[in-house]
Amino acid sequence: MSLHTISVLVEDQPGVLTQVSSLFARRGFNIHSLAVGTTERPGLSRMTIVVEVTTKPLEQVTKQLNKLIHVIKVVELGETASVERELALVKVRTKPEQRFQVVELVEIFRGRIVDVAQATVTIEVSGPSAKIDALCELLEPYGLVEMVRTGRIALGRGERGIRDRDRLRAAKEPATA
Amino acid sequence: MARGGEKLTGAQALFRALELEGVDTVFGIPGGAILPAYDPLLESSIRHVLTRHEQGAGHAAEGYAHATGRVGVAMATSGPGGCNLVTPLADAMMDSIPLVAITGQVATAVVGNDAFQEAYMTGIAMPITKQTWMVTDANDVPRVVREAFHVASTGRPGPVLIDLPKDVLISDMRFEWQESVDLPGYRPTTRGSMKQVKAAVDLILRAERPVLYVGGGIVRSDASDELRRLAETGDLPVVTTLMGRGVFPDTHPLGLGMPGMHGNYTAVTAMQRADLLIAIGVRFDDRVTGNLAGFAPGAKVIHVDIDPAEIGKNRSVDVPIVGDARDVTAALARELAKLQEERGRPDHSAWLGTLRDWQERFPLRYRQEDGGPIKPQFVVERIYEATRGEATIVSGVGQHQMWASQFYRFTRPRQWINSGGLGTMGFAVPAALGAKVGRPDQRVVAIDGDGCFQMTAQELATSATESIPITVAILNNGYLGMVRQWQELFYGERYSQVHLTQDTPDFVKLAEAMGAVGLRAEDPGDVDAVLDKAMSITDRTVVIDFRVDPSENVFPMVPAGASNDDIILGPEGVRPVNDPAEAPVA
Repeated sequence: MSLHTISVLVEDQPGVLTQVSSLFARRGFNIHSLAVGTTERPGLSRMTIVVEVTTKPLEQVTKQLNKLIHVIKVVELGETASVERELALVKVRTKPEQRFQVVELVEIFRGRIVDVAQATVTIEVSGPSAKIDALCELLEPYGLVEMVRTGRIALGRGERGIRDRDRLRAAKEPATA
Repeated sequence: MARGGEKLTGAQALFRALELEGVDTVFGIPGGAILPAYDPLLESSIRHVLTRHEQGAGHAAEGYAHATGRVGVAMATSGPGGCNLVTPLADAMMDSIPLVAITGQVATAVVGNDAFQEAYMTGIAMPITKQTWMVTDANDVPRVVREAFHVASTGRPGPVLIDLPKDVLISDMRFEWQESVDLPGYRPTTRGSMKQVKAAVDLILRAERPVLYVGGGIVRSDASDELRRLAETGDLPVVTTLMGRGVFPDTHPLGLGMPGMHGNYTAVTAMQRADLLIAIGVRFDDRVTGNLAGFAPGAKVIHVDIDPAEIGKNRSVDVPIVGDARDVTAALARELAKLQEERGRPDHSAWLGTLRDWQERFPLRYRQEDGGPIKPQFVVERIYEATRGEATIVSGVGQHQMWASQFYRFTRPRQWINSGGLGTMGFAVPAALGAKVGRPDQRVVAIDGDGCFQMTAQELATSATESIPITVAILNNGYLGMVRQWQELFYGERYSQVHLTQDTPDFVKLAEAMGAVGLRAEDPGDVDAVLDKAMSITDRTVVIDFRVDPSENVFPMVPAGASNDDIILGPEGVRPVNDPAEAPVA
């Protein structure tokens, strides 16, 4: 089992998020994260789904996604051929004398302090998921009050956009044996 | 764009749109939320068949679609009405039947408020349809109807649902009709790649033991003529799956009949020994393949399907071809003929000889004793004779379905209508009604089981009041027979909740109470006379209670999960399993 990032371009229609997510549930795949937002084109939304599967079922899920009427395109974004980011907000318990240490950590990770209270600071940090994991690990000893992550978003590297990519057509058509 | 069309209500627009789609019949039941739609129905050219249960309406619409190839339409009210359509929708999804379900919905102002008879129909139907729509603006009615029919009938056909809130049906709109649909995410591939077709033909020419494995996709794409050309061109033997019975004549020398769990020895074993499977419009269902690891171990596979997701789903494929079965089969036949002219026609006489030898040595068999009891297989064979092999046969699910499929010899597509994928008991009577509405020129015979029959028997009243005469032959063994068979073979004859009794209800009286003719046969000697009587009646529905041997089992049989090599030909081959833990998983 490994994590795969799938980018799904959909028509912005009622029920499409349910259709996509229930397809994963129906076929027994575990969604690791799911991020949805608008795109450069009005009426189109883009979902980035991180899913834990082996390669063969992934092909089946891609094909099943392509069958959904409101799904325009589906691409798997490989780690090296794409840029991926995630945003997290982390609220950390800090005694006043510890605050400097925390601020230093946040700077190293190029994060920002976005809220300060008597006994906590809230940090905004973005980057690949592994970087956020690493920062959280370092903040853990201070005491994490709460945390929220957006889930991964990703774009393919290079000049072409999702709607130009052949791989999409490949996904609509048969896998050559 | 200013709307310049005729001013109608949403409900009037619905029927105008259905008429433009060429709909001639709708099956349904009115109710509160759908009431506004039933008013303009009085002025419409469309016939409405009033069923007694929405499930009956759904299966009737399926039967209609099965028999005609056109889209079936079922209509129901909100809440319970829509919920009762769930089984037909799931059935149509599994068997790729074009079906449009139209449901009423509570007014948009109270949607989500748990209003009276409210159910979240688009949500409930989502995983068992190709697409659902809830219309929130009456102006959208024509566009949604157009999209719904387009989606239901193109690509891999299937069911869709349109949910119409009451206020949308009542409000005024401007009717505009556009033939073209704008669904950028929906573009089914229909033309197969020529490169792949050539690769497939190359494999066919090199095969020594080829088998054409064909199914429901041939029916849906009307590819029977092309299939026959391909088979005859290459001297290729053909197995037809449960969903594909009739697409290749059982009477043809190359026709091997049905493969699978209850397929005949030759069809099953031909696939096991084949070096090439040419699979068209089939999905390598577990009921065909048995244990996948042991299925057709020496065969290369060409797989033709309009649904890319079917290709490689269960069995890895050597030459995948995505496309419409008719288009691709025609291309395969053309290309094969051309190359055979250049390279010569492969000699399959040894292979065909082996198959004929198996057919002679291992035919389907049963024994009818003169003194009875009546064997169910005998009834099916006599129905075949009485209908001169020309009837449209509809069945439910279970033992009777297998016997009907095994012992009636089908010669044309759409002659055999059953619930294959979902396995819906109670399918036969309403589906037969729908088939008869779609094809009034045909005699429609439902071969049903006593268990199935009792699930939807209320639709006999529909057949009487709507003047839709069908023949219902009940193979009455007093049991949920297929379950009883499994308990006998795999649960040490511990019979649990399978005995229905042959006498209750009295099917003859029940038929009469429903406005049909009731007949009964209890002795093998009665069977022909009763069938003659039934055949002489063409203006009323006839129900025949055939009292058949309750102990008869369906053979051959490949136990679930076993390899097709372990086919059991008859009762003598059964190795009793007395430990339920060893019973195969259904």
